[in-house]
Amino acid sequence: MILFLILAGLSIVFSLLVVFQRNVIYSAMALVATLFLIAVLFLTLEAAMVGILQILVYAGAIMVLFLFVIMLLNPGLLEGRSIAWWILGSLAAVLLLFVLVPFLSDSGRLLPGQAPAGGSFGSPESLAQSLFTDFVLPFEIASVLLLVAIVGAVVLAKREV
Amino acid sequence: MVPLNYYLVLSAIIFAIGVTGVIIRRNIIVILMSIELMLNAVNLTFIAFSRSLGSMDGQVIVFFVMTVAAAEAVVGLAIIISVFRHRQTLDPREMQLLKW
Amino acid sequence: MIVDIGIIAAKALMVLSMVLNLAGVLGWIERKASALIQDRIGANRASIFGFAGLGLVNTLIADPIKFLTKEDFIPPKGDRLLHTLAPCLALFPALVAFAVIPFGDILVLADRTINLQVANLNVGILYIFSMASLSVYGIVIGAWASNNKFSLLGGVRGSAQMISYEIAMGLSVMGILMIYGTLELQEIARAQGNLLWGWLPAWGIFLQPAAFLLFFTAAVAETKRIPFDLPEAESEIVAGYHVEYSGGKFLMFFAGEFAEIVTAAGLITTLFFGGWQVPFLMRDGFHFPWVGTLFLPQLVVALLQVGAFTLKVLFFCWLQILLRWSLPRFRYDQVMRLGWKMLLPLALLNVMVTAVLIVAWQSAPLKP
Repeated sequence: MILFLILAGLSIVFSLLVVFQRNVIYSAMALVATLFLIAVLFLTLEAAMVGILQILVYAGAIMVLFLFVIMLLNPGLLEGRSIAWWILGSLAAVLLLFVLVPFLSDSGRLLPGQAPAGGSFGSPESLAQSLFTDFVLPFEIASVLLLVAIVGAVVLAKREV
Repeated sequence: MVPLNYYLVLSAIIFAIGVTGVIIRRNIIVILMSIELMLNAVNLTFIAFSRSLGSMDGQVIVFFVMTVAAAEAVVGLAIIISVFRHRQTLDPREMQLLKW
Repeated sequence: MIVDIGIIAAKALMVLSMVLNLAGVLGWIERKASALIQDRIGANRASIFGFAGLGLVNTLIADPIKFLTKEDFIPPKGDRLLHTLAPCLALFPALVAFAVIPFGDILVLADRTINLQVANLNVGILYIFSMASLSVYGIVIGAWASNNKFSLLGGVRGSAQMISYEIAMGLSVMGILMIYGTLELQEIARAQGNLLWGWLPAWGIFLQPAAFLLFFTAAVAETKRIPFDLPEAESEIVAGYHVEYSGGKFLMFFAGEFAEIVTAAGLITTLFFGGWQVPFLMRDGFHFPWVGTLFLPQLVVALLQVGAFTLKVLFFCWLQILLRWSLPRFRYDQVMRLGWKMLLPLALLNVMVTAVLIVAWQSAPLKP
């Protein structure tokens, strides 16, 4: 419980930093920290495989790509702020929280309590078992999606075709 | 053991922060990062429900969300690079050539 | 309970001090080996009473003192916070990655079975890969925070290179994982104690020779050393991502690099060379085929295993140092071409061939 509170607090702080830091690199590093903390939260939920994949794919690959692009474009200047949008955005977030939080905080009643986790729950074997039996078609579609993304990125980033 | 709704509230908060980022930031890279934040909040919900219901399906969905996020980031960043080459800006409010 | 925690702490402390000390020793070996290869004397001031062999001890103490007493310079237009954070980000993943590498089988002390491995995770090898992927940040952030064009170039090169070679590295291990059917490194090391046809140890190198070559190449590229040292490349971009680093922070980058070498060597040993396995050594002693058995006490067996693991790791560290001093540097386009157009397709081919062979083997009517 204490662990959860620490992790939750830190991840909220870091995700606030992502949004309210004016320096892009700092935002990116804060996002890396948030992703890492969420991966640790996954580990506390007995999803070791997904947690490790989160670090490997999100923190290790996607965010490096972000940093790479930031360094390549080197925007340098801090962006300006506009008060109107700022107020609007904060208002939207607060409204969203007002709608979501009361509903979510007593949704525990609608669901059965913590199901007893088996020894193999969240292990690579059990993940692969569902991935390659119940979810074969989405899996194949996802691989096609990745192929499309690769081709698209190459075409878009090429200088003159 | 931490109850399920704590995780749900946490993910709602992170999601709301992501929404704020998309609205208030004027740097398209940060907007993309805020979208990643929202995706992660949703992933946390999936994992929490997966643990609570004792079913692996939630984790598999998270696996797919990661795949889609990777594809989205790759294509999004490629678009950002090619836009930056033409217009020398990262501000989405200046990318309005199609606006009338 | 307290004893268990103590055992875990002792194991963690032992592995951590082993990696750090080995990193220090490698720093000395590298100077001596380079001198040997280039036919010069090298590091001859670090000796005790004129006996160069003792220079090792001297260097281990003198080097950190020298580094730590130097001025810690932060570029005036650089970023103070990130400039300080970067070396930590470079060192941390390299040190924690070793936690899942087993350095021995089990040790039974006073009816308590100790697994000679710091952390037994069921995602073992993926944990190492994820830590390796985090080590990019040290380079990228250090390069950015220095506010120096050379270091930025080094950082951009480094991030692209490490992402590219991570893919080849991950795919080349796939064959090994398919054969042993697990991600746990301790399980993989145990499975390598089996014998093929009754006499050949089932080490990864005999089952997956192609994967070994691919993995070794990718691992050397991940440690950013010659022939893949494009991120630092002294003769092109001065020292790349750590141009602006001095004193203790440079020491951290330096130690991180050597810790990565040790981890890479440990991983290669575990995956392809039997980990802590000594050929024909079982839990109760040697079982030589055709000759007979030689029973040994349990403690001796454990010591032999740990010793064998250390020797193998040292051998691969030495091999990487040898490579660094005998090969020229690649050009950047050559590095990218090698990674994407050679290693990646070959690794995929290796996975395909392995899969076909495994299916053929399992459906074969007669099994040896």
